[in-house]
Amino acid sequence: MSKFKKDGKKSVENINTASLPDIVFMLLFFFMTTTVMREVDLKVNIRLPNATEAKTLEKKDLVSYIYIGEPAGPYQKMFGTEPRIQLNDQFKNVADIQDFIAQERDAMNEADQAKMSVSMKVDSKTKMGVISDVKLALRRASALKLNYAAVKSETLE
Amino acid sequence: MAKRELTPINAGSMADIAFLLLIFFLVTTTMDVDTGLMRGLPPIPDKDAPEPQDKIRERNVFVVKINKFDQLLVENKPMDIHDLRESAKDFIANPEDKDNLPQKDYKEIDFFGRVYVPKNPVISLQNDRGTSYGTYLIVQNELLAAKNELRNDISLQTFGIKYDDLDEDKQNAVKKYYSSVLSEAEPKNIGGGK
Repeated sequence: MSKFKKDGKKSVENINTASLPDIVFMLLFFFMTTTVMREVDLKVNIRLPNATEAKTLEKKDLVSYIYIGEPAGPYQKMFGTEPRIQLNDQFKNVADIQDFIAQERDAMNEADQAKMSVSMKVDSKTKMGVISDVKLALRRASALKLNYAAVKSETLE
Repeated sequence: MAKRELTPINAGSMADIAFLLLIFFLVTTTMDVDTGLMRGLPPIPDKDAPEPQDKIRERNVFVVKINKFDQLLVENKPMDIHDLRESAKDFIANPEDKDNLPQKDYKEIDFFGRVYVPKNPVISLQNDRGTSYGTYLIVQNELLAAKNELRNDISLQTFGIKYDDLDEDKQNAVKKYYSSVLSEAEPKNIGGGK
């Protein structure tokens, strides 16, 4: 009947999958644009506190992260359950923070260095002692833009 | 031999390749956005710099203390954390011009003209080394919320839109209208411990 049919041998035609790559590519591009690569493996347990005034952090490449919390399961044998500081992929001490900030700052280009900010991701059960020490170290390193990471919520608690 | 063959390129494997990439991005993706409270830290004071001469008067300071049991002492009275926002709002705005709340003065501000607003209210926050971070952050949040709510109110009153939607000049004007400085004292270590 139609021009394209061959002699009517087969009655069942294959499903046309030519558009499958297009669909998959579309999904692929969606994920490629929304993706943020996981930067570090968290070695500490962190349950962030809630805050009603939390704002979205912009310009993520200008942000350095400091994680504080009790070491996660497999690390508790070695490091105990006291809250520890994690910088990049390692457990560090307060004394290492200045070096860390200097390192992060060097990695940026000069125009951005002034805009550098630090985000502290701290478990809500941590005591303020260690956090105060970190804050003092940050002041010494003159990294004065500080962000307390918190989960945005509509009500308190 | 003479017959020309026009075979299309086999694109069947394209889907496979794309799937492979797709799965890679699916696995590595994290959708959560980082949110948090933006706060500044004061720079380390210069040793050679002269001590600030003008003493801040007591009525201009709102003292919030948190002890190691996460209890609040606000202006020397215990307070529930849920009341902090209202009382901080009262302090920053001083709507009834009370004499135990910050001194008010006439100020010239763009868009508003001459207004009678509190002059440099300071919020002083002091915590113990044993205070939990969760409580500390809620207090910070409430103090920030007090200021944000006031700014939002005045913005809605004057411009009819929210503070966040104002352009920069207007935001700065509103900032001048209600301003407060947060000063954090070095934490006390009462009762020892880390």
